[in-house]
Order: sequence, then C-alpha cells, then structure tokens
Amino acid sequence: MAPMPSLCRACLTPFEGGARCPACRSPRIVVHPELFDLSIAHMDCDAFYASVEKRDDPSLRDKPVIVGGGMRGVVSTCCYIARIKGVRSAMPMFQALKLCPEAVVVKPRMQVYAEVSRAIRSMMEDLTPAIEPLSLDEAFLDLTGTARLHGAPPAVMLARLVRRMEDELGISGSVGLSHNKFLAKIASDLDKPRGFSVIGRAETAGFLAARPVRIIWGVGTATQAALERAGIRTIADLLRWDRADLVARFGQMGDRLWQLARGQDSRRVIRDEAPKSISKETTFDEDTTDPDLLDGHLWRLAEQVADRAKAKGFAGRTVTLKLKRADFTTVTRRHALHAPTQTADRIYREGRALFDASGERGPFRLIGVGIADLCAGANADREGDLLDPDAGKRAATERATDAIRARFGRDAIIKGRALR
Amino acid sequence: MKISIERATLLKAVAQAQSVVERRNTIPILSNVLIEAEGDRVSFRATDLDIEVVDRAPAMVERPGATTVSAVMLHEIVRKLPDGSLIHLTEDPASGRLTIAAGRSTFSLATLPKEDFPVMASSEYASNFSAPAPALRRLFDKAKFAISTEETRYYLNGVYLHVATGEDGPVLRAVATDGHRLARIDAALPEGAQSMPGVIVPRKTVGELRKLLDDDEAQIAVSVSETKIRFATPNITLTSKVIDGTFPDYSRVIPTGNTRRLEVDASEFAKAVDRVATVSSERSRAVKLSLDEDRLVLSVNSPDSGAAEEELAVAYGDERLEIGFNAKYLLEIASQVDRENAVFLFNSSGDPTLMREGNDTSAVYVVMPMRV
Repeated sequence: MAPMPSLCRACLTPFEGGARCPACRSPRIVVHPELFDLSIAHMDCDAFYASVEKRDDPSLRDKPVIVGGGMRGVVSTCCYIARIKGVRSAMPMFQALKLCPEAVVVKPRMQVYAEVSRAIRSMMEDLTPAIEPLSLDEAFLDLTGTARLHGAPPAVMLARLVRRMEDELGISGSVGLSHNKFLAKIASDLDKPRGFSVIGRAETAGFLAARPVRIIWGVGTATQAALERAGIRTIADLLRWDRADLVARFGQMGDRLWQLARGQDSRRVIRDEAPKSISKETTFDEDTTDPDLLDGHLWRLAEQVADRAKAKGFAGRTVTLKLKRADFTTVTRRHALHAPTQTADRIYREGRALFDASGERGPFRLIGVGIADLCAGANADREGDLLDPDAGKRAATERATDAIRARFGRDAIIKGRALR
Repeated sequence: MKISIERATLLKAVAQAQSVVERRNTIPILSNVLIEAEGDRVSFRATDLDIEVVDRAPAMVERPGATTVSAVMLHEIVRKLPDGSLIHLTEDPASGRLTIAAGRSTFSLATLPKEDFPVMASSEYASNFSAPAPALRRLFDKAKFAISTEETRYYLNGVYLHVATGEDGPVLRAVATDGHRLARIDAALPEGAQSMPGVIVPRKTVGELRKLLDDDEAQIAVSVSETKIRFATPNITLTSKVIDGTFPDYSRVIPTGNTRRLEVDASEFAKAVDRVATVSSERSRAVKLSLDEDRLVLSVNSPDSGAAEEELAVAYGDERLEIGFNAKYLLEIASQVDRENAVFLFNSSGDPTLMREGNDTSAVYVVMPMRV
C-alpha cells in the first residue's frame, strides 16, 4: 500500500499512515492522500461570538450561551451546548428560549469580536497575503506556492494557525482544505467544531454527487425551490442536465450550477473585496406602526450608514429601504440618485421618501436603510440642488457635526430626531 | 371602408400616430391606430391615454368606414413600400382584416373594433390663442434639456408653460429644471393668451409636439385648460393631459445679485470643456473654471486617470474665482447659444451661476456648481 500522508494536529508532525501520531501519540490526526498537495482553505471559527463570551467569562463555560439582542431579536450565535438543544443561528429569540430556557443570553459586543477578528487576521497574514474575509469569523486563504517560504506544506501551516488561535486567543476554528473555494467552504463545515477536513481532487465528483443542492453556496430557499420544480434535489440530479439547458432555465446561475456540480470553481481568493453596499437595520421589540418611532429609527440607521460610508471612504448612488412586515414578508425599495451621497441627511431623506412612497402602513417588525452602487467618497455630495437651497447648509452642518464628534466623542452632539 | 392614398401622405400621417403609441403596453387596443374615412379625407388617431394625436390626410374614399390596426405594423409596411406607390386600404368586415395593397404587395392585418378605441374626452378650454410655430419651437427647444427624469419629482418631468411678467411686460414663458440646471425662455405673449392657466407639459408631449413645429410659416392653434393642452395645425391635432402638480417657485432660484461677468465665445468654450473632460473617469465629470483678468483656465484633475488643462482668452474683469461644474451641464447650456457670446454671471463658488446669450434676457439658464 502506498504511504498515506498524515498530519498530527496536536504536535504538527507530518507522518505516513497510522491511527495515532507516532511522535505524541495523539489521535487528533488528519489523513488524506492529497493532504500536502492542496492549498485553498476556508477557516471558520467555531461559535465565534459565544466562544469569545465564554473565554471572557469562565462561569459561562459549561452553560448554554446565546448571543443575540433583545426580546424580539434573533440568535446571532449560540454555543455548541445550546445547539444540542436545537438552537440555531438566525432563529427568533423567543423560539430559542423555548427550546433552551436555561440558556444565558448575552448581548453582542461587536467591538470585542472585531478586535479578536483582527488578531486572527494578523495571524493569517503570517501565512499568506491572499486572504478573503467573509465576515468577522471566517475567511478564505490561498496558500498556493507558500510551501517553500514556510518550509512546510499548507496543511501544516493551517493546523498551526488554528492551534495558535486556541493557544493565544482561546478561540477554536475549523479548517476546510481543498482545491477551490467552493469545496473548501463545504469542507470546513464537515467536521465542526475544531475540525480539519480535506476534499481532494480525486474524490470531488464522488463526494458531491450524493449531496443535496442546498450545499452549494448561494443556493438559498428560493433557488432551492426553483431547482426542486425542475426535479433537481441532489447534485447528481444536476449532473444529468446539459449546460445549455441549465442556462436556459436558470440564467447565469445555471452556468454556475453546472460548474459547481462538477466541483469546478475558478473564482480566486480576492483580498478584501470592496463592499457592494452598506446598510443597517433594526428589529423592534414590538411590531410598530408608529410613524414617529419609525422615523427616529430611520434617522439613526441613516446616521450609522453614513458614519460607516465616511469611515470607509465610500458613497452610494442608490439608497435602499427594507421593511419587514409583522408576517415576516419583506418589502424592499430602492432609488437611484442623480449623484452619489454619503451624508446621513440625504440617506435619511431619500429613505423617508421611499417609505412614504411605499404605501406600507405596518405594523413592521424591522426597518433597514442602506446605500448601494458604491463609489469613492471623494465624489460624493458635490452638487447642490437649486430647488433645495438649504441642502448645502444641512450638508455643512453635518460636516461640522462630524468634526465635533471626531474631537469630543459620538454623543457630543446629536439631533433631536435621534431621540425619538 | 375602402380608400386609396398616396404613400408619402400616408407615411407622414401614420408616422406621427405610431410614435405616440407606447411600445410596451398590455392593452391591445392601445397599440392600434384608429382609421376613419369620410368625404375626401381619412384620419388617423392614436393615443397612450395621456396624449392623443389625430392626423388628417386627403384620400380617395370609395367606401367610408372606420377600423383599427396595429400602428407600428402599419407604419412599417408603409415605410417599406416603394416611394410613389398608391396604397389601397380595404376593410373586410367578414374576416375582420384590413388589406393593404400596393403594386404587387398585399398585406392583411388583424383589426380590433373601432368602438373599443378610447377617444380622449373633449374638454372646455379656458384659453384659445394662435402662436407662430417658430416661437413655440424656440420655447420648447431651448427649455427641454433641463427637464428632470426623476420620477419622485414628477412635477419637474415637463416644461412649465405659463404667462409671466418679463422686463418689457407680459410674456409667454417656458421653464424647465431638474434641480441642477434651469432654463427660462420667454416669447412674445400671443393675443388671447393672457388668461391662460399655467400648465406643466409632459416630456413626451414636448417630443411629439416638436414634429408639428417644423414649418416656419405655420400658425399653431393652442388651447389650454387646467388639465389639458391642445396644439393644432390644419392637419394635425395633438391633445395632451398636463402634469397634475405644482411647479416650484422658480423665481427664487434665478440669481439676481451675481456681478462677476465672464464673456466667452460659446462654441470655443464648449469645445474646450469637451476636450478637458475627456480625462475625467467619474460619471459626473467635474470641470474646474479658474478665472483671472481676461483669462479662463479649464481643468480636470482625476486622481485615477489623469489631468487636463486648457486656457481660453475671455473677457473677465472681476477678482479671481475658482468654480466647478458638471461638464455635461456646461456643454448643454453652451449649445443653446447660437448668435452672440455666452455671458456667465457668477457669485461665489457655491452659488448658482447664471448664463445668457449676450444681453438677451429672453433666454436665461441657471446652473448649480459642483465642489471641486
């Protein structure tokens, strides 16, 4: 039998075959024929927010922890103990608490998570510059061609990365290693938590065939339903379709499905892809129809969007509005602007106009506002409006407000509107 | 119905009708033109429910009658038939088809009953007057570039036609603006127009109307009510609903205290603006005007793509000024100037700028600057 490439995840010793590490006798090993040949990885932290909370408050260690906001909020993350009870991310909080009444609910501390995320990021930077973060707690890494530099194949470096995360940050992660992004992302999910999964070239087709189409990244409920109508449930079903037929039926998505079903994915790991939109939304504690309350939220959200746009140097040519009705159906509206904006005043006014024009009366459970079709912030708000001579004054006021806040803090000056 | 009509005559009449018809519409009858033959004339009527155009043409009517067929298809057929042909239109009530025959070509088009065709309700017009075609042409041609396309400001989606007080008394005035530029054009007030209510003529109507105004000698009969406006020549009647909204008080937008005067050859200016704007990579192409004693420097500085600069000899005697504009707006207003130099009146780099042709105040343009 050919020697089987193996790696000990505890002491990082590469070896060939065996059920335990020959050096440290640990059973935490990865064995795969292509282990040292693959270089595209997806790293996903395990129950990230909850893990950070448990790390910072050891009394939570053995309790089910749910991170999420308010009575009406949703679960953003829950620890593995809570998951045993059936709690899942994005589940409404009341439902989660019904399943797991003993759970400790913690309000998210985004600043802390962002800090930990930055620390992880800097560890990744030691491995490769080709990092594509998907969120605070997951990222693609392309380690192609780094083996010589590091004196070790990608698999070893990745195992070292997660070990370092555990040692130095107290956060565990799962790694998926494969030959493209699509498969790496699937792999990282196979063996959570503290997983290390490999999908090699040779097994790709066999591995995918039996899986449901749902596994394909980007196939949500709607696409899944559309596929189901075409009699497509598994990837094997997809494989029976001609490329042209898929394109005819599903458009561009069809072409991607055809490729992905074959385990083909030529997308590259792109460092810090520029965002396509900036938006903020809020779920109310109670469904509301109160126009003043909605207006207050709209202003605060517009301000948050503007703050972020200004901080990141972006402006949007389109303003978007999102409303979720009490029955969970969603309404979205968008308006293309004559010229890009990044001011809270403009975003708020356009959002308000979209709201008024929507004809929706509520009750609503969520409101959100954002900007899309982004461009450089330097091009924003350069043109005045003849018919709205005060617009210039309001923009100047906003610039002055920003300057005061930059110096004396966020709450140094706020609009009365924000207090509603 | 059975008629014979000369191809050129038919083409002209049908062309006007088919351009009113909305290309994408869900009500089949609205794609059709209503053909009515009686005496020695045939009329073609088309509508999109906002605009109705009736075009009358001389024809040999063998058998009077009326029917409707697809306006676009009829137009295409007539357009493709050889020039000079005599076209026979025959309605066959039994088959519900209209036969179009010319030379060796025969077409048969499906018809819809004439009773289904929506004829625009006639209305009481508050004011009726007659205006020379060139005067109306000037009013709309010079104003239309400033019409807004933004649907949220629907009341700006047209030209505001109304009676106003100009420098030498009452005038017929057309104003259009999209909030970034504004055009205010005056014409002598035609007799009988004094009592005309101010109306916002929709963009599409302005486009359709233009085809009635080509003849320099023509007098156009204009009728205006609160809700409709009608333009008529002996052969064509165009009736349009007006935009139901209030045009903003534009008079506060037109600066009166701008004293810094720049005079420049409009076409040289436009060419220079166009040249320097080439290097701008943004969608809103900003051009900076730097003014000094009889000197204008146009410049564009686009960090990603490059920079350009051009100097023009101009008449300017005020203090130094730097002001930025959207290149497209400068080109549009400069192109309105055809006889004399363009005169720009500035205040500061943040205030609206006024432009006119020489000292002619019967056509003034206002443009909002851009931060550069």
